[in-house]
Amino acid sequence: MKILVCIKQVPGTNKVEVDEKTGVLKRNGTDSKMNPYDLYALETGLRLKEKYGGTVSVITMGPPQAKAVLYEAFAMGADNGALITDRKFGGADVLATSRTLSQGIRRFGSFDVILCGLQTTDGDTAQVGPEVAELLDIPSVCNVQRIEKAEQGSIIVDMDMPHDIETIKAAFPCLLTVKKDICQPRLPSYLRKQQTMKKDIDIYTFSDMEDKDEEKYGLTGSPTSVQRIFPPISDKVQEHLEGTSRELAQKIYATLKQKKFIAG
Amino acid sequence: EYVEDKKAPQIDKTKWRGIAVYVDHVDGSIHPVTYELLGKAKELAGKIKQPVYALFIGSGIKHKAEELLHYGADKVYICDKPQLEYFKIEAYTSVFEEFITKIKPAAILVGATPVGRQLAPRVAARFGTGLTADCTILDIKENTDLVQIRPAFGGNIMAEILTPNTRPQMATVRYKIMDAPKWSDTATGTVHELAISDEKLKSRIQVLGVTKKPKEKTIDGADVIVVAGRGIKKKDDLKMLEELADLLGGQTASTRPLVEAGWMDPKKQIGLSGRTVRPKLIITCGVSGSVQFVAGMNHADTIFAINNDPKAAIFKTANYAVKADIYDVIPELIQKIKTGGKAL
Ligand SMILES: Cc1cc2nc3c(=O)[nH]c(=O)nc-3n(C[C@H](O)[C@H](O)[C@@H](O)COP(=O)(O)OP(=O)(O)OC[C@H]3O[C@@H](n4cnc5c(N)ncnc54)[C@H](O)[C@@H]3O)c2cc1C
Ligand SMILES: Cc1cc2nc3c(=O)[nH]c(=O)nc-3n(C[C@H](O)[C@H](O)[C@H](O)COP(=O)(O)OP(=O)(O)OC[C@H]3O[C@@H](n4cnc5c(N)ncnc54)[C@H](O)[C@@H]3O)c2cc1C
Repeated sequence: MKILVCIKQVPGTNKVEVDEKTGVLKRNGTDSKMNPYDLYALETGLRLKEKYGGTVSVITMGPPQAKAVLYEAFAMGADNGALITDRKFGGADVLATSRTLSQGIRRFGSFDVILCGLQTTDGDTAQVGPEVAELLDIPSVCNVQRIEKAEQGSIIVDMDMPHDIETIKAAFPCLLTVKKDICQPRLPSYLRKQQTMKKDIDIYTFSDMEDKDEEKYGLTGSPTSVQRIFPPISDKVQEHLEGTSRELAQKIYATLKQKKFIAG
Repeated sequence: EYVEDKKAPQIDKTKWRGIAVYVDHVDGSIHPVTYELLGKAKELAGKIKQPVYALFIGSGIKHKAEELLHYGADKVYICDKPQLEYFKIEAYTSVFEEFITKIKPAAILVGATPVGRQLAPRVAARFGTGLTADCTILDIKENTDLVQIRPAFGGNIMAEILTPNTRPQMATVRYKIMDAPKWSDTATGTVHELAISDEKLKSRIQVLGVTKKPKEKTIDGADVIVVAGRGIKKKDDLKMLEELADLLGGQTASTRPLVEAGWMDPKKQIGLSGRTVRPKLIITCGVSGSVQFVAGMNHADTIFAINNDPKAAIFKTANYAVKADIYDVIPELIQKIKTGGKAL
């Protein structure tokens, strides 16, 4: 089975700087990590390989330093990796990212199963997976919480829905986004890390894209445009309750009663 | 490096009219987020004097279409086919494509449900248009540009996003963010069939089976929630909060540390990596009010926060900030309710 996992480098913390003018993230790369949700996708890929044989490849789009996440994936057991990077790709929204990723994937090879995390901890849209699938014209299943089995030319998975679990058979090639419940990711192996730290990776830039229409990539190719970024505002009416615990209990009680949470 | 702003050809926005809502449902039982979105669509459409559309895709759903008219849809487009019995993403995307090509709506609102969250991106990618995720505020400009505001970075920042030069503009919105409109007696709208060829309904996925999840009381739908935070010293003390929740006809929930400690079921975690709730009443007990927690509950109608630290961040979110030790005030409150009155 040829497996590909899409992984993204995200800021190590939620405290990030944003360019107020363009609404584009200022990434300095010093404090970055693999999107935690992608660890589950990677683990799922590694387990599929262990069970059915084949290879696990990883791909990321980002600035040059994003290749660090590829090496993290090698230390966990991924076989090979590709970085898609170019100034022209900067400032991409979901659509532009998905176009670039799908072009990069085509360039990288043909795969039976493409795995994505459910979402990221920065942009947090959970949209890249299904958009990549659409642009590759392959079926997609999101919210996968269990892989039942792989068969000749297809895979059977459980999709988590609000009231039920749907068991779905998807024909290869297909794209899955996986939930955190699916498995517990392994820790990177020190030995493997040593062995793979100098491993070659494929690097694709704009000139490697099949579609050379510059207007489809980066900021220019992004239909959405961040107008401004601001801290969350609260418009709550506020009351501070003070007093002894008995007085406070009385005040809470009276308010709950007045708001009809308590009868009588 | 300076990125040169190339002049992209401007699209003709007057060719795209109306606000459409995707009808989220399971076997014809319509998800309430749909009504909330219809209410919002009506408000937006009113500002630009354009119609509200609803797109209803499924099998054996015809009899439910009428209902949508009572929530403000001017036209319901329905595609009712046996092939659409289960959510099959490719087939549903194709029906969506037919709808957009035929009706050309200026904007489309989709509930951020497990179906909406995978269907909307496929549709957006097919049309090469923008999709803004999990919007919490929506407005519209005179030129029909949708003003979309959403949280990112776990609610640490808010972003205002436009889709200025592609149509349709697409946005997903979570359940319980917008207000549901009242059911109205008058239904002036009309129901229309949306035709599609069988060829377009072909799918490379097959639904082998559907297993009902055991029905459990979820915090998602609770009207009253009592939240335990790390101010709770030991697992046994949760009983006190359970009693309070029972007396108020509600349920208990918690912050993440208590789930990590194994004191609470993960399904009862509120917040960014847990559930989003919008109860009528929430009482947080010994919760500091981290952004990740607050992101999951700040839309509650009434928020009581009990914390003994006057500087606790949760007090910024609360309607009623109660500076007190939970171990003092909660037993008093329980006593008061027991002797004073019953829960509704
Ligand atoms: C504040 C803010 C708000 C934003 N809101 C929107 C919005 O509403 N709509 C919009 O179109 N864009 C938005 N963007 C831009 C968007 O977040 C990113 O630009 C886009 O590249 C990735 O989206 P994501 O992080 O949400 O990924 P998700 O869709 O959440 O990622 C899902 C999975 O896709 C894969 N993946 C994602 N990115 C990569 C990558 N670079 N390389 C490899 N695999 C990847 C991973 O497997 C990941 O787990 C926003 C950006 C900011 C800063
Ligand atoms: C990516 C990410 C996702 C996260 N997702 C979530 C999430 O979904 N949900 C979530 O909850 N957290 C989440 N967190 C964790 C979050 O950052 C906080 O650590 C967590 O919410 C804190 O929980 P708490 O308020 O119960 O505990 P604390 O922050 O320890 O606060 C305890 C509070 O109790 C008060 N207190 C102590 N004793 C008493 C007493 N006797 N009487 C009254 N008050 C008392 C203290 O003053 C303090 O304010 C996430 C973190 C990250 C990084």
